[in-house]
Amino acid sequence: MAAGSTYVPLATNTLGSAATSIDFTSIISSYTDLILIVSGTVVTNGAGIFIQLNSDTASNYSFTYLSGNGTTAASGRRASQAYIGFNWNTGWSDTAQCNGIMHLQNYANTTTYKTTIARSNNANGSSLPGTETTAGLWRSTSAINAIKVYTAGGGNLASGFTATLYGIVAA
Amino acid sequence: MPILGVIASAITGNLSTNSYQSIATVTVGSPQATVSFTSIPATYTHLQLRLAIQAADSGGAFNLKARFNSDTGNNYALHRLIGDGGSASAAGAATTGYARLGVLNSSDFTNVFSANVIDILDYTNTNKYTTTRSLGGYDKNGATGYVMYHSSLWMNTAAITSIELTTDTGNFSQYSSFALYGIKGA
Repeated sequence: MAAGSTYVPLATNTLGSAATSIDFTSIISSYTDLILIVSGTVVTNGAGIFIQLNSDTASNYSFTYLSGNGTTAASGRRASQAYIGFNWNTGWSDTAQCNGIMHLQNYANTTTYKTTIARSNNANGSSLPGTETTAGLWRSTSAINAIKVYTAGGGNLASGFTATLYGIVAA
Repeated sequence: MPILGVIASAITGNLSTNSYQSIATVTVGSPQATVSFTSIPATYTHLQLRLAIQAADSGGAFNLKARFNSDTGNNYALHRLIGDGGSASAAGAATTGYARLGVLNSSDFTNVFSANVIDILDYTNTNKYTTTRSLGGYDKNGATGYVMYHSSLWMNTAAITSIELTTDTGNFSQYSSFALYGIKGA
């Protein structure tokens, strides 16, 4: 078996001031998978972090989640949405650093829809704590060439929010 | 790096790209029942499988099953946490003939493939049993989807040199992709 180095950092954006979104564009198709890591806070406590792909704002997304809030576990789904929810049920904190990692498998293929798998946490001790895992679907066979990270209701990602995109290439 | 016309600022840190290496990949051309990785080198600390897979059968969800080093005995155990879009549940099995590493959707939704990321930690250590952890799932836009955490145990102290992947019954669909990576220690 031949081995080749991979797991390449493609870009990092850290917000110097609050902003509505972080956008990765012109993503090249030469990797096998993408990994998106986000970390930080939001301006409006409890707002979720969402993902849109290739500037598609139509209801072509859906997701199934599994979450726990320290007391109970829950699962739900949302069909025909305009986004994939990173942490739809547990939300993001305005004070405690929250983290998330999303895997976008086989993102450049033009044969199948795109499935994502993500996990995230909100460690806010006073309200809205939780950990969440989400399987997302984008019903498009297009190669992913852009990713928008934003928060609910037109709110802002807080200053210091950071997002990093990695590419992994298989042998 | 050859990418992005973004807002993206500088790449932070001085990340090494040498510690995560692609070992082998299988993409299914026509439906097949088994995918195997053999002669896995012992030069890494951990292994990771990254999969985009579908079962060729119709129906509901299917298990992704694994055997290590061709061990067909009842030397495996597992626990899993399950979300089906309606409720959360947990399950497990002791003394069973397979590790379970993930979940596949059926071929009813042709274009939907499940995503699974599986870590096999310290796979060459001969002083203890080997434990896996994995995260996987799929969504079907309102039809039942799944999100699952799995942990499986292989009750054997041998270093893992091969992995055989199967599903409950039948085949993996065309376009299913299986990629094995090695992660080096310091």
